[in-house]
Amino acid sequence: MTALLPRRGLAQILALIVILAVDRVVSPQFFDLRLQDGRLFGSLIDVLNRGTPVALLSLGMVLVIATRGIDLSVGAVMAICGAIAASLADSHGLPVVLAAALGAGLVCGLWNGFLVAVLGMQPIVATLILMVAGRGIAQLITEGRIVTFSSPDLVWLGNGSVLGLPVPVVIALGMLILTGAVVRGSALGLLIEATGGNARASELAGVGTRAMILAVYVWCGVCAALAGVIAAADIMGADANNAGLWLELDAILAVVIGGTSLFGGRFSLVLAVLGALIIQTMNTGILLSGYPPEFNLLVKAVVVLAVLLLQSPKFSGFAGIAARLRRTKA
Amino acid sequence: MKGLPPALITAIVLVAGFAACAMQFPNIASTRVVGNLLTDNAFLGIVATGMAFVIISGGIDLSVGSVIGFTTVFVALAIERWGVPPLVAFVAILVLSAAFGAAMGAVIHIFDLPPFIVTLAGMFLARGASFLLSTESVPITAPVYSTVSDFALRMPGGGRLTAIAIIMLVIVIGGALLLHLTRFGANVYALGGSRTTASLMGVAVGKMTIKIYMLSSLLAGIAGIVFSFYTSAGYSLSAVGVELDSIAAVVIGGTLLTGGQGSVIGTFLGVLIQGLIQTYINFDGTLSSWWTKIATGVLLFAFIALQQGLVALARRPVRKSAGATT
Repeated sequence: MTALLPRRGLAQILALIVILAVDRVVSPQFFDLRLQDGRLFGSLIDVLNRGTPVALLSLGMVLVIATRGIDLSVGAVMAICGAIAASLADSHGLPVVLAAALGAGLVCGLWNGFLVAVLGMQPIVATLILMVAGRGIAQLITEGRIVTFSSPDLVWLGNGSVLGLPVPVVIALGMLILTGAVVRGSALGLLIEATGGNARASELAGVGTRAMILAVYVWCGVCAALAGVIAAADIMGADANNAGLWLELDAILAVVIGGTSLFGGRFSLVLAVLGALIIQTMNTGILLSGYPPEFNLLVKAVVVLAVLLLQSPKFSGFAGIAARLRRTKA
Repeated sequence: MKGLPPALITAIVLVAGFAACAMQFPNIASTRVVGNLLTDNAFLGIVATGMAFVIISGGIDLSVGSVIGFTTVFVALAIERWGVPPLVAFVAILVLSAAFGAAMGAVIHIFDLPPFIVTLAGMFLARGASFLLSTESVPITAPVYSTVSDFALRMPGGGRLTAIAIIMLVIVIGGALLLHLTRFGANVYALGGSRTTASLMGVAVGKMTIKIYMLSSLLAGIAGIVFSFYTSAGYSLSAVGVELDSIAAVVIGGTLLTGGQGSVIGTFLGVLIQGLIQTYINFDGTLSSWWTKIATGVLLFAFIALQQGLVALARRPVRKSAGATT
């Protein structure tokens, strides 16, 4: 798998380089970096920093999608965990706040995993429940207000820096390495792919598919919780209505751009994170170019379509389309 | 699925819920409140009807909310800025949205892609396009709008059955007839049951897929026009998240999300249940509107768990008898 990585990731790396080049044309200062107060500043760092929530979400999402599932609730889980972190921040220490928020994410993931693995629900439906109810729960926690806090520990988590890099970026990098070490350093990744490839065959071959599915949803919940805490720490407050809104779609998009098939069976963590960075580089580029941010959605739509068509098993140049059309007409 | 059909369970929940609300607030049981409930949920009822077709056929359409948003902006700009007569604008947007749906259906079929992700792209595209048209709310002052808004049938008890509520009821009834009485409807069920089987039995799967998504987008376009009547304005951010509400209505209405089973009437009841929750919260006054989301989530879970149980029950005897013969 790792040996194949460079070849598989070529399209994504090229795409990122092209978008970076376009950004360079649009904004000549794009690659400028400067060190100020022991922290790096610049558009590139900004891309990394802003891309962190989606990158974290995509780390969990990619494993879920590898088992042939999908988790629509990550945005709502972000809102819940951000709300918990924000409401505890000023009265408790950072360890308690983090434990509570990540614990909540774990419970949310456990709930999704229980519905999918034990009750056998379709993943879209099972996670739809929490997607709908989750924002309500988050508002229950914040009592419908935007909860703000001033705890320096939590603020540091969103705005501080380590070795010149913003803390969120370091956390995301750490999570990527941790997840990669756990799933690729052991047979876990293979078992997850087996579950997604053919759950029944894997079950018969002795893979604990239920445990695998439960585990990936729990991990997805924890990643979403971390993203929620960082998003709350970034704006020093929790907005139950808007925190993580539509980010589940960005996370799915990042995974799809990263070449992971929605039909399960294979995945790449690095490429999913690369997908998240591609999305963010586009967003930042559009912002810098002076176009209204509304263009983001149009560009995203075009990118999704292009990636989908390239990935489609039925797509092999225009000859393929023509042949297909002829068959449909017949 | 012998025994109680899921739509009947939805009806029982609706009646019981309505009775419980009426016991606490006697005023809920009046034609005024019911009339308002129909008016407030008119656009949702129309979209959900289209969504029922898509979901019964085994697909999903995430783009409907954005199509509504695009429609309201397009109609508002066409009438107010470009000076197009309202009727021409309506026809244009309906053609446009039907073509949009057909294109999504074609991409789903030709490239064999999951509907989820294709309609997700459609959602971005339609929302982005409406942002491009205008990011601000455009009020509509055309005389047609005040005429339609003022039109209402008087119901006994002082309730008003408004024009948009009537449009919704007509579409729900038409949708139910189309689904249950025509060959098109039978084909929708067949597609949801099994694509391969349907194709082997002579259903033109490609054409059906295109038509189903066309229908869904067309109804979303109509819902958009109704929404613009409801608010007398076009706004690119209107109807955000309506796709979720309509999927929830379809599921609460007893339609299996795996496809092959369900009804338009059940979906309509699902819309009414959501409307009832909203009405109860309005009457109560102390509860915040986010309780709607939690209540909808709980109902979603209850209905899906119920379906899961029913499906498991339906399968069990088959497995036993199969075991007995060997």
